[in-house]
Amino acid sequence: MNVEVLGFFFLAALMVSFSLLVILVRNPVHSALALVAALFVMAILFLNLDAPMVAALQILVYAGAVMVLFLFVIMLLNPASVEPSLPVWRGVVCAACALLMLALIALLMSGPDQAEALHPSSVGAGFGSPEALGETLFNDFVLPFEIASVLLLVAIIGAVALARRVSE
Amino acid sequence: MWVEFSIIVAKTLIVLILVLNLAGIMGWVERKGSALIQDRIGANRASVLGFAGMGLVNTLIADPIKFLTKENFTPPYGDKFLHMLAPCLAFFPSLVTFAVIPFGDILVIGGREINLQLANINIGILYIFAIASLGVYGVVIGAWASNNKFSLLGGIRGSAQMISYEVAMGLSVMGILMVFGTLEPQAIVRAQGYLEWGWIPGWGILYQPLAFLLFFAAAVAESKRIPFDLPESESELVAGFHTEYSGGQFLMFFAGEFAEVITAAALITTLFFGGWQVPYLMREGFHFPGGGALLLPQVIVAALQVSAFLFKLVFFCWLFILIRWTLPRFRYDQVMRLGWKMLLPAALANLLGTAIWILAVGA
Repeated sequence: MNVEVLGFFFLAALMVSFSLLVILVRNPVHSALALVAALFVMAILFLNLDAPMVAALQILVYAGAVMVLFLFVIMLLNPASVEPSLPVWRGVVCAACALLMLALIALLMSGPDQAEALHPSSVGAGFGSPEALGETLFNDFVLPFEIASVLLLVAIIGAVALARRVSE
Repeated sequence: MWVEFSIIVAKTLIVLILVLNLAGIMGWVERKGSALIQDRIGANRASVLGFAGMGLVNTLIADPIKFLTKENFTPPYGDKFLHMLAPCLAFFPSLVTFAVIPFGDILVIGGREINLQLANINIGILYIFAIASLGVYGVVIGAWASNNKFSLLGGIRGSAQMISYEVAMGLSVMGILMVFGTLEPQAIVRAQGYLEWGWIPGWGILYQPLAFLLFFAAAVAESKRIPFDLPESESELVAGFHTEYSGGQFLMFFAGEFAEVITAAALITTLFFGGWQVPYLMREGFHFPGGGALLLPQVIVAALQVSAFLFKLVFFCWLFILIRWTLPRFRYDQVMRLGWKMLLPAALANLLGTAIWILAVGA
């Protein structure tokens, strides 16, 4: 067991515990912050997987921007007073779905070639660098990339149209 | 191995001490500078053992003692843990950002080359923005945990403002990244040693003047200082997001703001003003455009470069103070309009212009 694997297990345990905190704490602000911490640990996991670019973007986009907006909304609505009370059967259904998902992932990951594919040595040098990512994105995946950006543009315009006051 | 380890520790200590002390000194310079601007004497009350002669030294000692010996009051109905966590979150990003900022080229001691930069990572600029984007949590959490309406209003203003200006800030830097073609701060600074037409230093501002203005405006807004101090806004919100903070915890917000200014000044220096570059100073000495040369020992070259970086850094810190005491506060809608309707389109236009220019020149 080398240092990298130990580091992975440490980070994974940390991330799982933060993720558990997200759903276990009562206060919505606390659970949002636990999610931020989980996303931060995930970024470190990406670093561990030789993907520094993805790690930085993970923090920049999710921890730094998306979650701030989450917090912003939570603070504005102040839902601490609104205690959610879900019926028991819904909790049971959710738990069953989660278990099914976990089993599915475990099934997919247990293939013989998967363990090798997850090893850091299976990727070439320079993998995950901004240059490599840019090369792939703008050579092999130009069309999906452009479609995604158009999709985002549509979302932005839609949001503006929805938020704008109707002028008389 | 031990030598390398001690070099890293020494560099860490140098950067840490530099930032923390500069933050303290800026606290004094801001008071003295504001007094200068407002035609007062200012900040001359600190007297250590009856000795009030050296205002700076006295203030540097008196300030922390005063802050740290005061009570750390936690509002009884606030969130105690988050109330304690928020100042740390506010202070952490600006300190950590400094790790990738190069404060000199290479120093050769006894045949060992030392890169005068704490961590050389190939996504340096992205790292800076990733960490800087976490700075907003200190404000938001501190505001919420205080259980105070003024604080909460300040926190909401702070989060909206910081997210808005992050967009313009990131887009304005894209131009610089396109010109130099790298995300490594040290490589960006090295590229700025190039002399355009043989005599003009090719600093970032030469290629990206508009980006510099946009970045500077966004950096002032990110540091939440006047004219962008809406989250604090003492005439409306008492003290905004840190209304309920006192003692050492307030000191962390207070010094954190200065640390943010220092980091912003370091970024401006690195990206737009050649970092540690001294015009015409190469690795072995000065080479003037006329053909003259003045060869210097390597240690002196490195010392000149580090002092050039510090000089530029201090200059921009002073510029931040000057702006703070010159301009009045904006209205909130003006802040939002400036960010989204003026800086953002200008940054996008700059990006497009830069792309066309690079394509046309064929670099």
